[in-house]
Amino acid sequence: MRNLLIFITKYNAFFLFLIFEISSLVIYIKYNSFQKASFINSSNQVTGYLYTQKTDLDGYLSLKEVNDSLARENAALRNQLKSSFYIDTVAKHKLNDTVYKVEYEYTVARVINNSTNRSFNYLTINKGSKDGIGVGMGVICSSGIVGKVVNVTEHLANVQSMLNKDTRFSVMLAKNKEIGSIRWGDDLDPHKGLLMDVNNNAQPQYGEMVVTSGYSLFPAGIPVGKISNLHPKGGSISLNMEITFAVDYSKLQYVDVVDYKYAKEQEGLEAQQKKDD
Amino acid sequence: MIRAIIINTLRFIVLVFIQVFLLKNITLYNLSTPYLYILFILLLPFETPNALLFLLAFVLGLTIDAFYDTPGLHAAACVLLALVRVLFISITVQKEGFDNEPEPTLSNMGFRWFFTYALVLTLFHHFFLFNLEVFSLSGIQYTLSRVILSSIFTVFLMLVSGLLFYSRKERK
Repeated sequence: MRNLLIFITKYNAFFLFLIFEISSLVIYIKYNSFQKASFINSSNQVTGYLYTQKTDLDGYLSLKEVNDSLARENAALRNQLKSSFYIDTVAKHKLNDTVYKVEYEYTVARVINNSTNRSFNYLTINKGSKDGIGVGMGVICSSGIVGKVVNVTEHLANVQSMLNKDTRFSVMLAKNKEIGSIRWGDDLDPHKGLLMDVNNNAQPQYGEMVVTSGYSLFPAGIPVGKISNLHPKGGSISLNMEITFAVDYSKLQYVDVVDYKYAKEQEGLEAQQKKDD
Repeated sequence: MIRAIIINTLRFIVLVFIQVFLLKNITLYNLSTPYLYILFILLLPFETPNALLFLLAFVLGLTIDAFYDTPGLHAAACVLLALVRVLFISITVQKEGFDNEPEPTLSNMGFRWFFTYALVLTLFHHFFLFNLEVFSLSGIQYTLSRVILSSIFTVFLMLVSGLLFYSRKERK
């Protein structure tokens, strides 16, 4: 009986609690606009959440068709992409050096094949004789020299890279203009080159820039690299230096082909001189 | 009986005044806000009928709400508090053996019991109050830290007031 009474008392309390709690909550929600709004909102959130879940599920079931249609669309878009067409017309920009009457003409080309891990590395560019590219032209990129053109077809050209045992270019120290020639280093490291035959009177400094001299295919002042080791090997009548290339040859994408207008003339003149000697 | 009514009426008025005119303006670091007025429900005599207890809690809550401009908020929290009080007392106190309509005060029940009692009830009340006020689960961490820090403050004030009136009654 006592237990029953306690039970009734408890039940009683709970019942009273429900009555008063509900009435106060009704008052609360009715007279407080924020809670009113957010109460309705949260019920919307519940339905909204359920709807979202259903949509997600539906989406999963139709993934395959969506995938197919996306792949088709991708292919269609790829067909419209500029890179799938061979560009027929070429925009050339010219550098007119009015003081020395020297004219260099640049042609932008994209690298479509490249290698850096062999002893004789070549790269292929997507411009050829039709675009005015000729054998013997120099090739540079935005950060430095790249190589020279050795083979030309109608639409493509083959470039002998700086990373080639046969490549030699005339360069100079940026500060005191002492000339030398650059070639690839002996250990096939794509970042290291050798600067040879610099006059013994030159006083090169570690970290000094090495640029093109203007005596060969390139305009003067195109960066080649920085001196990274002053004494790679001794016992020579001239100074040798190791340099770090300014260009990362493994990441070439766009290059500029340099057309030195007086290259033929210079060659002919120098050949004439040799003959005279 | 009449004495109990007078004492509780006075306590009601005094606590509401303290809450509304003093403690309403106190907030520590935007985190800790004391709600001492619930002491009134805590200190109602053991023998209070449940119906009266819930009604008083409801009225007290509505009174505070009238001053706080939040109709229903404190009322809901206080009604919950009354339920927790009923459960807590039914679990921890044997009702027989009391005379003189004893009240669950610090001096009557001893520090340990009163402290637990105050802490549990305050935590329930504050938890419900703050969450109902915020009415969203975002920032639950902030709400919970408010609950805990405010509870500490409130219980501290309860113990202080209990000690203030300690000497009036002899401890059983």
